Amino acid sequence: MQATTQATTSAERSNQQLERRALLRMQHWTSRSLLHLAVTAGAVVFLFPLFWLISSSLKPEGDIFLFPPNLWPSKFMWLNYPAALSSFPFLQTGLNTMLIVVGVEIGRLISASLAAYAFSRVRIPGRQVLFMLVLSTMMLPYHITLIPQYIIFRDLGWLNSFKPLIVPSFFGGGAFFIFLLRQFFMTIPREYDDAARIDGCGTFGIYWRIILPLAKPALATVAIFTFMGEWNDFFAPLIYLNTPDKWTLALAIKTWELTQQSGLGYKPQPYNHIMAIATLITLVPMLMFFFTQRYFVQGVVVSGIKG
Amino acid sequence: MSTLQAAPLAVRERSWWQSPQSRKEALEGLVCLLPWIIGFLAFTAGPLIYSGYLSFTDYPILQEPTWVGLKNFQSMFSDDLFWKSLRVTALYTLVAVPGGVIIGYSMALLLNQQIFGLSFWRTAYYVPAVVPAVATAYLWAWMFNPDFGVINGFLLRLGVEPPKWFGSEEWVLPAFIIMSLWGAGGGLVLYLAALQGVPTSLYDAAKVDGANAWHRLRHVTLPITSPVILFTFLTGLIGSFQVFTAGFLITNGGPNNASLFYVLYLYRVGWRYFKMGYASALGWVLFAIIMVLTLITLRASGRLVYYESSEEKE
Repeated sequence: MQATTQATTSAERSNQQLERRALLRMQHWTSRSLLHLAVTAGAVVFLFPLFWLISSSLKPEGDIFLFPPNLWPSKFMWLNYPAALSSFPFLQTGLNTMLIVVGVEIGRLISASLAAYAFSRVRIPGRQVLFMLVLSTMMLPYHITLIPQYIIFRDLGWLNSFKPLIVPSFFGGGAFFIFLLRQFFMTIPREYDDAARIDGCGTFGIYWRIILPLAKPALATVAIFTFMGEWNDFFAPLIYLNTPDKWTLALAIKTWELTQQSGLGYKPQPYNHIMAIATLITLVPMLMFFFTQRYFVQGVVVSGIKG
Repeated sequence: MSTLQAAPLAVRERSWWQSPQSRKEALEGLVCLLPWIIGFLAFTAGPLIYSGYLSFTDYPILQEPTWVGLKNFQSMFSDDLFWKSLRVTALYTLVAVPGGVIIGYSMALLLNQQIFGLSFWRTAYYVPAVVPAVATAYLWAWMFNPDFGVINGFLLRLGVEPPKWFGSEEWVLPAFIIMSLWGAGGGLVLYLAALQGVPTSLYDAAKVDGANAWHRLRHVTLPITSPVILFTFLTGLIGSFQVFTAGFLITNGGPNNASLFYVLYLYRVGWRYFKMGYASALGWVLFAIIMVLTLITLRASGRLVYYESSEEKE
């Protein structure tokens, strides 16, 4: 008798437990679905402009003047790309851009890593004070030193050349990058230096044989950030490059966009062509981002968290 | 660093300098620093002093600068365009920077849940920040096109009277702000890293104390991640006061200077009117504004920002 009541209560209890668990699971699943719904909705909003960029670049000219516009091109006009490229000096300006990118990469990777090395592990009197100076220059707006720099470069006869854009990177490579590399170098154990010194390695030997090989991920991060920055830069090229043969990709679009040759005179380029060029100049940093996400994330985290 | 530790260290280091080996190391270190030192003197310190001097001169680039005392700063007071550019930039900053931080942080909070396919979503939210500024400018000029743009197409379907966006004095700044918020995912990686660094033990402790999700966000997550929020807020602030490219390309400051961002005005004064003295003065005022805003933010955030160890507080 007693045993049966006990059995029923335990059965009831387990039933109740099951129900509760089912309820919890349902709550769990509703909240999970809501969460995924929100994440998806957000992604749709943030990816839509990119979809629009590509979609517009493939539309025939008639679609551009539809209102309200259709989401997909009525016909996929792949020929928009060669058509836009026939008037846009992609090769010349792309080459100019790459020249600047490579120049700045070399200058920055050498000089910023040297400075970061000195700041992170060579004992120099007043090192901390100098490093504070580096950090304080990060807050300085570019525009406050711009005019004297412009005058210096003018007096050197460097206007309308790539030198004002490249040469400064050989002299420090920018406070942000010194800081980023220093933060990374600090994580390399000191014991390596000591061991290398015992083996007869000097200060420069340690830099070249120990630090640089171990810091490859950080150097890759600097290289990627530099690429993105120089590829996107607009202001400095605008100030220093005057003639079309010197222009960078970013700079050339403005003039090109306003001047489609059309029989009698000039008229603005149609938006499908502008979007085609915009897609092309986006493609390069985008691909680079997809293939190097790891370094990207690391760079952002190293520079940010410890700031 | 505590002073107790620093003192014996300093003594040891000073004696350390006196050995020839250490002097050699210091010398070699200075050689490593030499490029930066030259760069600092030639491209930062020197120009800083020179632009300070230029801000007290009239300098129509082709002639020599002539000393005019405080004239540039005085004429700023009566320069309507200066005030307008300041107002435009401040208004833009006031909405775009906090808005960007809030959106970026909310994205990170969403993605910090147990989400299927995290790296895909992270990329989706982050990717607008990778699009070059020039492409972003033309893309949004096209999307906000009053006559054929997709945004007004949506608004029309919703039955809303569509504004002229970049073509209207009222709507040009909201358009620029919306455009800048598109890049809010730029802070996502940082926020996510910070969120993942919050010790789970704190959440467990909060749960034991009966804290609900909101309490946990308010009293655990936000305080622990506050240094990162401060960092993105400050860098956003500094960047926002220097915004140029989109304004230059899309509206060139118009209509009726309603989007005359500060640096756009500086560029115009320097490279269109060739008033380099006045442009230098504008540069110094920009620097002063950024400094003051940074100090105010740091002061105001003192109580709000939480640092785990006292060492980081410095």
